[in-house]
Amino acid sequence: MKNDKITLAHGSGGKLTHELVKQLFLPRFNNKALSQLGDSAILHIHGMRIAFTTDSYVVKPLFFPGGDIGMLAVNGTINDLAVVGAEPMFLSAGFIIEEGFELSLLEKVVNSMKEAATLASVEIVTGDTKVVEKGSVDGLYMNTCGIGIVNDGIHLSTSSIEIGNKIIVSGTLGDHGMAVLSERDSLGFTPSIKSDCAPLSGMIKKILASGAHIKFMRDPTRGGLATTLNEIVNTQKYGIVIEEQAIPVNDGVRALCEILGYDPLYIANEGKVVIVVSAHDAERVCDILKEDSLGRDAAIIGEVVVEPKGKVCLKTVIGGTRIIDMLVGDQLPRIC
Amino acid sequence: MKYIDEFRNGTIAINLSRKIADLVRGLDTITLMEVCGSHTMNIYRYGLKKLLSSNIRLLSGPGCPVCVTPTSYIDTAIAISQKYSQEVLITTFGDLFRAPGSSSSLEREKARGASVIVVYSTLDALEVAKKNAGKKVVFLGIGFETTTPTIAASIIEAEKRNLTNYFVLTSHKVMPPVMEALLRDKELNLDGFLCPAHVSTIIGSKPYEFIARDFHIPCVIAGFEPLDILQGIYMLLEQITRKESSVKIQYSRVAKYEGNPTALALLDRVFEPCDAEWRGLGIIPGSGLKLRSQYERFDAHTVFRISDFGFQINSAICNPQSAINGCICGDILRGVKLPADCKLFGKVCNPEHPVGACMVSSEGTCAAWYKYGEN
Repeated sequence: MKNDKITLAHGSGGKLTHELVKQLFLPRFNNKALSQLGDSAILHIHGMRIAFTTDSYVVKPLFFPGGDIGMLAVNGTINDLAVVGAEPMFLSAGFIIEEGFELSLLEKVVNSMKEAATLASVEIVTGDTKVVEKGSVDGLYMNTCGIGIVNDGIHLSTSSIEIGNKIIVSGTLGDHGMAVLSERDSLGFTPSIKSDCAPLSGMIKKILASGAHIKFMRDPTRGGLATTLNEIVNTQKYGIVIEEQAIPVNDGVRALCEILGYDPLYIANEGKVVIVVSAHDAERVCDILKEDSLGRDAAIIGEVVVEPKGKVCLKTVIGGTRIIDMLVGDQLPRIC
Repeated sequence: MKYIDEFRNGTIAINLSRKIADLVRGLDTITLMEVCGSHTMNIYRYGLKKLLSSNIRLLSGPGCPVCVTPTSYIDTAIAISQKYSQEVLITTFGDLFRAPGSSSSLEREKARGASVIVVYSTLDALEVAKKNAGKKVVFLGIGFETTTPTIAASIIEAEKRNLTNYFVLTSHKVMPPVMEALLRDKELNLDGFLCPAHVSTIIGSKPYEFIARDFHIPCVIAGFEPLDILQGIYMLLEQITRKESSVKIQYSRVAKYEGNPTALALLDRVFEPCDAEWRGLGIIPGSGLKLRSQYERFDAHTVFRISDFGFQINSAICNPQSAINGCICGDILRGVKLPADCKLFGKVCNPEHPVGACMVSSEGTCAAWYKYGEN
């Protein structure tokens, strides 16, 4: 039963999204920068390396515990720049607004964008506004693009990853996805779970400046940690083993996941980074992260191994093992 | 997390797996079957098979409600959404959303414009009905004895609230008759049943007694956590090695001999037994539940005169031969074949493009094999 229509799963960030990118977009737009499929494209312009990225935001609801669509749109793009090793500098902002949308709500969104941009020392330098008939969009959709400079000496790539390298996550998993879900469906959990939406550029700058051998970074947004790790090992001659016991998850998120049958490894994050680093530097990088308020729960969760090649394996809490696949279907549509 | 971590203790798990190994050392292969999708998932999720001796064979039976729901049921739901597209809202649990009918799924129909809403509970479906007074809201009522009381409760509640636009398309199943059907299957040689946790909290342990008494097959009602499952397996092996057969409750913190009288009374008030079709197993007498006649006005089968548009379901909307060709979900549900025996598994049939229901439901055996790397 092949799809002849786009389903919500095509936008999940999981397997069908990858299929769409690889079968539809990549062959047609074929170029070197795009084919890297990084969080940002790295462009070589007049001897400089410029990172360039774009992201659209359709989160529902627009306001959720710990953030809103404006904060998400700024931080999401900042993070896509930061994880490729770039220093975020300038952002654009596009608004697609439904006729009848409350001006006061738009003002609230724009204020939080300003706050997020100021916090991360980036400027929003260009933008666009469109309004469509009532019913054509759900309140407000946004797009942001961003550019930043990749400083000399920083070369992050999955091809630099070696057997024995360690995998670090900068904190607890699943907070954003579960915060949006609990707000959307009025599940009434108290205390409410807060989104981890935050700019990672400051913290990432510290670990890059430490001289540690960082091999690769990615922010585990849609599809969660499981999808990110699969993207790393995909078609590579190495695999990754992670320890379930070592993976930090907030009790509230765990409880909600248990009740609703979700796996925190697949839930979206908006303020976390996955770092692949040499074994020698892993503890040091973890310590640097822990000094930052955004990285206080950082943990070494696994390592790069010879087998199973191209796969991610989890050692379960009870001593069993299982393969972790990419997200299939869409657990939670419109999470960002 | 309290009351969760205790049941996932690695040290106890290793000790239990050693005790199990001691018990079965030198014995022929022992075949145990679990008949609950949550057991299936957790066996794979926690990698339990790797903790068990190689002469213990775990089979997954027809315990996933989506997997055993016949194709014709999905076709019927789709047919209602098409025939009454202007007036009907379909509400469903998430798992069924992606389940394939003969040639489409509710997910694909939604992409084509059908009104389908995924809900977490029947009470959410009642809210949908309340907020959409001008529409007829159809809830897709599938599931075993665990889920069915919540559907019964929603019907009582709809009656109390005078909701006249809430209907249920029922396809409820009960567990003991299908277990009997499996035991009568000559291709299957089972040594023990790991009985479902939550179904048993409702029905208790009594309905399984005939299995131990008449078929001499031991049964253990086990919880879903990894230590529950390991201990359940240990308790089964104890009986098997002593050549005993009785129904024991490992999940005694919740499941009781008499079950849950309130839920059973609710079930009895709203539903009555009927024959039911199981995907891959055919019609099993007395294995289903249908609405009692006094609740007929909530029955989507009656209200939408489904018997009248059977012709359309069979011809225009679906093409049974083309879609399911080669799929062995039925044999997998009976436990006589494994996903690896299916030529479609992992190739044409995968979670993005499921052919059979065992691949689409997160609790399905094929989905568990695929997701947790048994392929």
